[in-house]
Amino acid sequence: MSERTFELEVLRYNPETDREPHFQIYSVSCEEEWVVLDALNRIKETLDPTLNYRWSCHMAVCGSCGMMINGEPKLACKAFLRELPVRIRVEPLAHFPIERDLVTVIDDFIGKLKRVKPYLIPKAEKALSEGEYLQTPAQLKKIKQYTLCINCMLCYAACPEYGLIPKFIGPAAIALAHRYNQDSRDGGRAERQQEIASSEGVWECSFAGACSEVCPEHVDPAAALQQVKIASTVDWYQEHLMPWLRK
Amino acid sequence: MTISNKPIVWGPFAAGGTVTAFVTPALIGITLLAALGHGPELLDYERLHAFAGHWLARVAIVAVVFLSLWSTAHRLRITCYDFGVRADALVATIVYAVAVAGTIASIVFLARL
Amino acid sequence: MAQEIGRRPYLREVPRVRWFFDHPRYLRYMARELTCLFIGAYTLLLVVGFARLADGRAAYEAFLAALKGPLGVAFHVLALGFAIYHSVTWFNLTPKALPVQVGEDFLPDWVISGAHYAAWLALSAGMLYFAGAF
Repeated sequence: MSERTFELEVLRYNPETDREPHFQIYSVSCEEEWVVLDALNRIKETLDPTLNYRWSCHMAVCGSCGMMINGEPKLACKAFLRELPVRIRVEPLAHFPIERDLVTVIDDFIGKLKRVKPYLIPKAEKALSEGEYLQTPAQLKKIKQYTLCINCMLCYAACPEYGLIPKFIGPAAIALAHRYNQDSRDGGRAERQQEIASSEGVWECSFAGACSEVCPEHVDPAAALQQVKIASTVDWYQEHLMPWLRK
Repeated sequence: MTISNKPIVWGPFAAGGTVTAFVTPALIGITLLAALGHGPELLDYERLHAFAGHWLARVAIVAVVFLSLWSTAHRLRITCYDFGVRADALVATIVYAVAVAGTIASIVFLARL
Repeated sequence: MAQEIGRRPYLREVPRVRWFFDHPRYLRYMARELTCLFIGAYTLLLVVGFARLADGRAAYEAFLAALKGPLGVAFHVLALGFAIYHSVTWFNLTPKALPVQVGEDFLPDWVISGAHYAAWLALSAGMLYFAGAF
């Protein structure tokens, strides 16, 4: 197994001692099949135990290790060293405050996730004795891609509007609202519209499409947001021009 | 949070974006030919005057002008914000006013034919 | 008891105007957005054209004459390029906004975009023919 030496330029920040973040360069020997996360782990184990970063599954399903790698939002466990230059700039995920080193404050996203009610709100009370919900393959296919979101927040780091307008609810949260709105078992669309069809919701989106480009799970949040815009617009004109029509 | 009234401005923007995508290139092609000295027959004074005199053509012209200017206005508003101009209410008023003014102007000019 | 760690989150400022130079995808986005300037300018040109048409033959023919020349041709060529870029980006994004489910599966993106391109070409050809371009 051949090893190569990489230079990782990592943004450090210690809130107890630093006034602002600064780069620190680590020269680390890496196996050729490694990902950036492996390099960070070797740095922490052998060079600098004070380096902080989030990670868990190491297989792109938990969404913990999102960070900027050479200016691009990526999962560190999915950023292969063989596809990267020798000098790699590693920074915390953009558009989020830095807690410490590569760890960001994600409270804003979690709060927004809660606001969109990303869970089934049944149309009517259903007793257990009535049995399970039935869903056809077609009904499942309708929502399938939006169920794949791992809450990694790469889309928030890529979204130029979220960077400029922090109150924007954002791609993942709105895509997840759309996922539940489209679920045949769900009856909570009206509640979710209060959030996602507000001025802080889908209307801050300008369809740059960066979110879908960086999504590691191919959720395509940009598509979800445009569909929400169209549905919300149809609702609005129907309500204001033809109020006698029941939704 | 309350449901936004953004659809009022977004609906015409989406319609305008679609209309301009379909017709603007051909329109530019027609006047480009004129600019190159090979103006097609429709651009002859009598032909165009007769064409623009028809009520259906007038409706179509005004609709295309309105939707084109509105979608331009809306995109320009967003772009100004993207470029760091924070006075959104002011920008919106200006751009939409120009779109409406251009539309009214086209109605007035067509009526004068 | 354990010493409380002082939290002092650091907020990185987004460079207000330069952010779109940071990555080619933002440049492409800006190019798409700026197509509106040329489409808007061209539409205003059309409005002026109708004003000249209403002013009589002499005024209208002066308008047509003013279109000729290097500046007029250059504007048209630029406007045409940007207008086509708008059409292409718009039609490529349409399947995202309007997915069509037939049975279990969704129509592939190229079917929806392709239908738009076909309609666009047919309509453009029809418009040019109607105008007497060929």
